[in-house]
Amino acid sequence: MTGLAVEAHRLVKRFEGQRAVDGIDLAVAEGTIHGVLGPNGAGKTTTLRTLLGIIEPDEGWRKVLGDDRPMRAAPRVGYLPEERGLYPSMQAKEAIAFLGNLRGMTLADGRRRAMELLEEAGLGEAGTKTIRQLSKGMAQTVQLLGTIVHRPRLLVLDEPFSGLDAINQQRLEGLIREQVADGATVLFSTHVIAHAERLCERISVIAKGRVRFDGTVAEARGRLPQRVQLTTRHAEGGWRGALPADTVADGQHFTFALPAGGIEPVLEALIAGGAGIEALSIERPSLHEAFVDLVGEPVPQPEAGEMAS
Amino acid sequence: MRQLFASAWVIARRDYVTTVFSRIFLLFLLTPVFPAIFGGVFASLGANDDAAGRNVPLVAIATDAPSAQTLIAAHDRLRKRLGPDALPDLARQPVAGAGSSLLAGRGHGYDAVLTGSLDVPHFLLAAHAPSSLSQDIGLIVDTARADRDLKGIARPPVDLGRDRVPAPPEVAQQDRTGIAKAGQTGLFIILVMLAGMSLSTFIEEKSNKVIEVLAAAVPVDAIFLGKLASMLGIALTFVGAWSVAIAGGIIAFKPAMLAGLPVPAVGWPVFVALLIAYFVGNYLLLGAVFLGIGSQAGSPREIQVMALPVTMLQLVLYGFASAGVAHPDRWISIAAALFPWSSPLAMIARAAELPALWPHVLAILWQIVWLALVLRVAAGMFRRAVLKSGTGWRWPWMRASR
Repeated sequence: MTGLAVEAHRLVKRFEGQRAVDGIDLAVAEGTIHGVLGPNGAGKTTTLRTLLGIIEPDEGWRKVLGDDRPMRAAPRVGYLPEERGLYPSMQAKEAIAFLGNLRGMTLADGRRRAMELLEEAGLGEAGTKTIRQLSKGMAQTVQLLGTIVHRPRLLVLDEPFSGLDAINQQRLEGLIREQVADGATVLFSTHVIAHAERLCERISVIAKGRVRFDGTVAEARGRLPQRVQLTTRHAEGGWRGALPADTVADGQHFTFALPAGGIEPVLEALIAGGAGIEALSIERPSLHEAFVDLVGEPVPQPEAGEMAS
Repeated sequence: MRQLFASAWVIARRDYVTTVFSRIFLLFLLTPVFPAIFGGVFASLGANDDAAGRNVPLVAIATDAPSAQTLIAAHDRLRKRLGPDALPDLARQPVAGAGSSLLAGRGHGYDAVLTGSLDVPHFLLAAHAPSSLSQDIGLIVDTARADRDLKGIARPPVDLGRDRVPAPPEVAQQDRTGIAKAGQTGLFIILVMLAGMSLSTFIEEKSNKVIEVLAAAVPVDAIFLGKLASMLGIALTFVGAWSVAIAGGIIAFKPAMLAGLPVPAVGWPVFVALLIAYFVGNYLLLGAVFLGIGSQAGSPREIQVMALPVTMLQLVLYGFASAGVAHPDRWISIAAALFPWSSPLAMIARAAELPALWPHVLAILWQIVWLALVLRVAAGMFRRAVLKSGTGWRWPWMRASR
């Protein structure tokens, strides 16, 4: 478990003269969950498609499960595209078996495993229904099961949480963790930071076709100083001079970055000045803040449904 | 390479099964059965009519027993040569008085009665019977007498064989040109009916986004190959069902149609084999182009717009191939045989007219090379134009608005 499941070096992909992917490096260790974060249009999908061999890079190279031609590794890879797609007239069981068949399983094995997976997911009776008859959420689950039916070593999920309700998001997180527990590697893209924060060991933040950050979630947060939230009984007093210059004041409420010398000197000044401390907290910056800082532009807030869970 | 064919097989099987095992296709496939059923029903009705209307007179043979035996043996022998309807049926009757009693009333239904013996026959016609019966029975009696007299020294019936003079060459050539034209036209009609289907093959995957899953799992070449193979399988299923129904119908009900048929230069078995080979070749070559064109289309509307030019293109190819049909060695025929898309049509005409087989081996290899080439180009265009942009091909003014 020391190798790299995915390795990319200086990938470049141009569309109509514009660089959609502009020199991306990526290294995903085997057996880990790796998130690719970025605002919409950052080049996440193009990066994943290039890694999978759906499109060829204009420059650079990539290796998937040790193979520099990703198509050769295809039987060991599972891919859930951002735009889900199944044949509407196919039975759920057949659709899963077909996806397994595409990845080198026999149809018979595919059908058997499809029924097992459907039953584990509590959708046993949906096996013989056509995709057209299923609800959107169920069809998504069917596609996800089709992505893992052949027990891939590498799972690439493009925006896997979009369009799922809170319950199904939870389920998906469980499923991703199960795959990793079985030794698979998961690479997924998202623009919803909460998912990356909960699931990922490492993240790559992509914006405008470039990697802005690569490391652990803690490292991403560590790039920003901790924030101090302070509430006092009095709004004014000599103690105000002890607060750092970048303090944002809102009545009796103050927010500032943790000073380099620590919080103690400030505290001493506050107590001596009789500010009357009502609340004081030192917070690590959220990944969201780190993300905004990394991307260098405000990101759209996730929709309510995607924020849940 | 193995992965390519294995993946193509997965795609082809899915497409074939989905199309062929749908209710619509069953209807499609059963259409040739309806005329066959109707034909069968009418033919059997007709046959019954014939049986009821088989108006062969019945003659009672009431001679002494040895004469009756010889007469019936002679009758059988004559019937073998003259056919079942040329002579009246005979029925033996025990000798019972006067022949007129057998003709009295309608009970026996005899048209005439023969009594006495071979040497002294007495023949009596019923009132309604045709006089020619007397000649017929006379012939049988003559033959029976000769048989009896020549017993032991008669030679066995002679078999004269069926040798005939060959048709004069210009007639044979005309007949063969006829076969050439019929073969070309038949191929062309089937292709016009079926090849257009491959234009719309990719629309399904593109509209339901399955294409992304396919393209991630298997090489694009395999998708094209699989799609083409399934289209061919569907076409062959359809053509096979029709051919079996038609050929079966002809053999069952109108075998005479086959008797007068001229023979193509390479002979019928080779001609039929080449017909199948060139159908496959032409279907694949056209199908690959149409698949490539269709894969660029973004919507069913674009496919509809393309259908007309595509049919026109086939007409032009047909015209090109048929221009030299009467003269297979003129430059236009050779040009049509060399141009890959008209080659199958031109070559099937050649098979009807010239006996040499090696040009067909060359032509088939030539067509295979082009097929591989077209598939590579079509898949390459698809990868570039559709997969890489992710949004399909756009008109210049649409690009600006993006």
